[in-house]
Amino acid sequence: MMKLNLALNHKVGVEKNPRKVKNNIFTTLVIFFSVVTISPIILIISKLIIKGAKQINLSFFTETAPDTFVAMTAISNGEVIPGGILNGITGTLFMVIMAALIAIPIGILIGLYLYENPNKIYANIVRDIADILQGVPSIVLGLIAYIWIVKGLTNGYSALAGSISLSIMMLPLILRSTEETLKMIPISLKEAAIALGVPYHKVIFKVMIPTGFSGLSSGVLLAISRVIGETAPLMLTALGSSVVNYHLDKPTSAVPLLIWEFYNDPNMVNLIWSSSLFLLGFILTLNLLSKHIASKRKAN
Amino acid sequence: MSIINLNIKNPVLSLKDLSVSYDGEKLAIKKINAEIKKNSITAIMGPSGCGKSTLLRALNRMHDLYPDIVTTGSVFLNGIDVVEMSNIDLRRKVGMVFQRPNPFPTMSIYDNVIAGYKLNGMKQKKSERDEIVEKSLRDVTLWNEVKDSLQKKGTFLSGGQQQRLCIARALAFQPSVILLDEPTSALDPIATAKVEELLLNLKKKYTIVLVTHNMAQAARVSNQSMFMYLGELVEYGKTKEMFTNPTDKKTEEYLTGKFG
Ligand SMILES: Nc1ncnc2c1ncn2[C@@H]1O[C@H](COP(=O)(O)OP(=O)(O)OP(=O)(O)O)[C@@H](O)[C@H]1O
Ligand SMILES: [Mg+2]
Repeated sequence: MMKLNLALNHKVGVEKNPRKVKNNIFTTLVIFFSVVTISPIILIISKLIIKGAKQINLSFFTETAPDTFVAMTAISNGEVIPGGILNGITGTLFMVIMAALIAIPIGILIGLYLYENPNKIYANIVRDIADILQGVPSIVLGLIAYIWIVKGLTNGYSALAGSISLSIMMLPLILRSTEETLKMIPISLKEAAIALGVPYHKVIFKVMIPTGFSGLSSGVLLAISRVIGETAPLMLTALGSSVVNYHLDKPTSAVPLLIWEFYNDPNMVNLIWSSSLFLLGFILTLNLLSKHIASKRKAN
Repeated sequence: MSIINLNIKNPVLSLKDLSVSYDGEKLAIKKINAEIKKNSITAIMGPSGCGKSTLLRALNRMHDLYPDIVTTGSVFLNGIDVVEMSNIDLRRKVGMVFQRPNPFPTMSIYDNVIAGYKLNGMKQKKSERDEIVEKSLRDVTLWNEVKDSLQKKGTFLSGGQQQRLCIARALAFQPSVILLDEPTSALDPIATAKVEELLLNLKKKYTIVLVTHNMAQAARVSNQSMFMYLGELVEYGKTKEMFTNPTDKKTEEYLTGKFG
């Protein structure tokens, strides 16, 4: 009896082995590729922290970028470069908020139209255009904003031109996320309001949009986090500035523009790391926030 | 069609040659003629796809929401053609409750009850609103369960409570008719029993039209029953008589479980 059992066990063991080997190879591969995928991110973040953290202090947020001589003196004395990136932070916030103010209402209205007329030819055209727009290189959008706004409207580089180029990038993201969000709301909710005699436009604005609010806002946050690091379109539109600017028609700085400037100035190189760290942190926060809102919504 | 002489005087609703088509060709309901008795429960029965929901939704002109749907014939509410009434007037008088409980997820229990007024922008004093909310919730026997959590979201309630909340939302307008489309099909037996009991109470004040898949439910609660088949109203009569002695062969087959 014992012998028979042992023999059986043995046989099973032999049969199982090739599968085990396969399993092991597979697990190893999965681990290997996960490491390959994750390691650049870890490398980037650790590099940014190691090189950039020491530059991040209060003045990093409260002072504008230093000029090259100040930076040079500081470096030769072995000190931290004084000053910060306030002009970049304010410029980025200013232009991104302006861009959002332009893109959100237009994007939501178009998204509503797509939701209401899912099968009309015109809706399909709009969807295609949005997809194409999403694929247009950002520098091309910058060029268009340069021609239309910088040349045509503000007579020079301006925050408005920067905001518009960013808003064009946000638009397709917002309108598609609006449509998807509305599609996920059960029709019975809309009908419940209709059955109470509520006029259609009120149903949309008082029931559908509030119900989809978290979906809409997570879409907007995602769109913002996509454009906030854009450099190319801003180079051609907002140009950059050494001072804090809140005028729509004046050149304006932005964090990615500052990073580019720092890169081009050997004395400022140290500031690249801290600025990049800040920008990355900001984008990651927005991303996580948007994911958090979206998952909370799913839980509901 | 075999319609037992119901002899309904002053019907709340009367349907004249009512037909609805979803695509402009095929009729989902065909030339329905019927009258609905006041302060009673009228059940609409029939196999899946026979047009029960389509008929019910024609009564408050829900089909208007979808431009492809063609409705012909007429529905009279207390003698007035519903086409001549404004949406808000019609739907204040004819409330609707859906198959799945659908409270507005962004609104509190309180706001859900008063939603009809609020969403339509009708202003009242706070005391009036409080009164409407309390009365409607009492009518659906939900008041004692929720009076301390009126500001909580309606979606936190159980399925049965949510459905009663949705009935309260329809009652807030003090309608003359309440349309219910399989209101208990998503509920457990205990919650179902509660809703049925509630309907029996509500018929004292309201006229109720109830679509149901469940013959036993129709037998338990309804006074009149319609039996529909392939878009036609095959039989319409007093529930008791119809269940004991159906005149139409199809009705009999359905009631004895031969199909459906
Ligand atoms: N939105 C729609 N578009 C096209 N046809 C529809 C639509 N809704 C219902 N129909 C068709 O109309 C007919 C009647 O449907 P209805 O929903 O009224 O049936 P029902 O009796 O309520 O069925 P159930 O018991 O399954 O709810 C069916 O043949 C159905 O396929
Ligand atoms: Mg139905």
